[in-house]
Amino acid sequence: MSWLNKLLPPKIKRESRSDKTSSVPEGLWSKCPACEAVLYYTDLESNLQVCPKCNHHNALDARARLNILLDEEGRREIGAEVKPIDILKFKDSKKYPDRLAASRAATGEDDALVVMQGSMLTVPVVVAAFEFRFIGGSMGSVVGERFVRGVQAAVEARTPFVCVAASGGARMQEGLNSLMQMAKTSAALDLLTQAKLPFISILTDPTMGGVSASFAFLGDVVIAEPNALIGFAGPRVIEQTVRETLPEGFQRAEFLLEKGAVDMIVDRRELKQRVADLATLLLREPALV
Amino acid sequence: MKTTFLDFEQPIAELENKIEELRFVQDDSVLDISDEIERLQKKSLELTKSLYAKLTPAQVSQVARHPQRPYTLDYLNSIFTDFQELHGDRAFADDHAIVGGMARFNGQAVMVIGQQKGRGTKDNIHRNFGMPRPEGYRKALRLMKLAEKFGMPVITFIDTPGAYPGIGAEERGQSEAIGRNLYEMAKLRVPVICTVIGEGGSGGALAIAVGDSVNMLQYATYSVISPEGCASILWKTAERAPDAAEALGITAHRLKSLGLIDRVVSEPVGGAHRDHAAMMAALKRVLQEELKALTARSLDELLKTRFDRLMSYGRYKEDAA
Repeated sequence: MSWLNKLLPPKIKRESRSDKTSSVPEGLWSKCPACEAVLYYTDLESNLQVCPKCNHHNALDARARLNILLDEEGRREIGAEVKPIDILKFKDSKKYPDRLAASRAATGEDDALVVMQGSMLTVPVVVAAFEFRFIGGSMGSVVGERFVRGVQAAVEARTPFVCVAASGGARMQEGLNSLMQMAKTSAALDLLTQAKLPFISILTDPTMGGVSASFAFLGDVVIAEPNALIGFAGPRVIEQTVRETLPEGFQRAEFLLEKGAVDMIVDRRELKQRVADLATLLLREPALV
Repeated sequence: MKTTFLDFEQPIAELENKIEELRFVQDDSVLDISDEIERLQKKSLELTKSLYAKLTPAQVSQVARHPQRPYTLDYLNSIFTDFQELHGDRAFADDHAIVGGMARFNGQAVMVIGQQKGRGTKDNIHRNFGMPRPEGYRKALRLMKLAEKFGMPVITFIDTPGAYPGIGAEERGQSEAIGRNLYEMAKLRVPVICTVIGEGGSGGALAIAVGDSVNMLQYATYSVISPEGCASILWKTAERAPDAAEALGITAHRLKSLGLIDRVVSEPVGGAHRDHAAMMAALKRVLQEELKALTARSLDELLKTRFDRLMSYGRYKEDAA
């Protein structure tokens, strides 16, 4: 042991030791967080991140989501040129630009929404997908602007607009600018209404706060993924406010269906077909063959 | 009513106490100390002015929540006449945290809607501390649609810590109610004037704050999340709320400079709670002016301007992709 190692506080030493002893290659096996089944990662991946044992829907990043929803040919990304800036010079324990950089490094995305024009089983669409790993999928100026550009592209091409939400809410680091994105995205949906084009809103785990309380529930059809946590206030905040334990399954997709908040719960493996079918129905086009 | 002093106002409180004592002494004194009282009163005013000239965002947020600050019904009863309160969302309940109804403003029929806080514990429980539930937002929307039908301008007053985070509120679709209002207000076919009179707490505030002009009283706050909530998430302790208040940029002047609100309405020296009448008069002048300007414009132009402004919110850079 070198002199430097001797000086290191015990915590750091422990961490560096555990690094050395891990001999299993990372990402080969995955444990289902719901049923604890140990799964071969490629199996999980080919099953769209749905546990083959218990149907638990794991988180999906934005590009993977777009990959499973869109046909391979004719994709075009929208709004990638829109990038975040630090409007408020926001700093908490970390500076906002540092948070952005860390999220960029971790996800390969510039912000928390990826918008893509393409087709779904040949039905032309624009799909927006949230990247939850990017600052909790939070909605700031870039998310709002990309969303609006997606809506505009759908109107221009006369196609439905589909949004897959996965977000903790409005992004605190852009202050009131983020709150205003709620109004901006909701108002933009009127462009679709005017053009009589469908907006299909898909709520995945989790869809909370400012995203939940803006465009998310304004879909002509609102779909939820199984067991997704969906709500305005976080469960912990509610628990602290009302000082009682929350009912079983509170704010889960099944609970929302029961309360009349969503139209349907759709298994991820059937999502593409269902959305395409809904789109053709709303457009009063012939059924898909 | 005796003024409630905030912690940073202690120097003013001490002076005011002294003045009070002197007044008491004067009643049974042969000496004339009225000059001394007047001198101290002047000093107290100067002190208030200088303290209020450099309030931190955290202090502003205390003023915005001052228990004696004028609330929606205070404005309603003094700026407007013939108020006819309308109740209920026609589906579930009447939410006492949002009040609304028709009234006259300088004789003109208008629809007034606002969040209402309570004075004192009992009243506050009745008003749910100004935290609306879905039925409150749905009542607000019902009244807005009524206003639209009869061509009445809508005037809203925003004063809420936020939408209520409760079990029932979630069960009845708090998110949908707020989102629906944002969507509908953006295209409401009558002028909409919004004024943040106290606390503009997040989505719960925004749900009645989409309009043609958005005003803020000088010591009101408007924020994406409460400083306490933000601090407990980002700093892991609510005690860092003053830092969060600073970072979030929640004050009227800051938000005006960021282009997120249209107008800052000056408050009387030491805040609206020190002089309700002066505050009412000042806000009445502003509403008068705005109503006149907005009704002069064609509806199409009004709606286009409102929509374009909504689309312009947010700052980002644009690189070659």
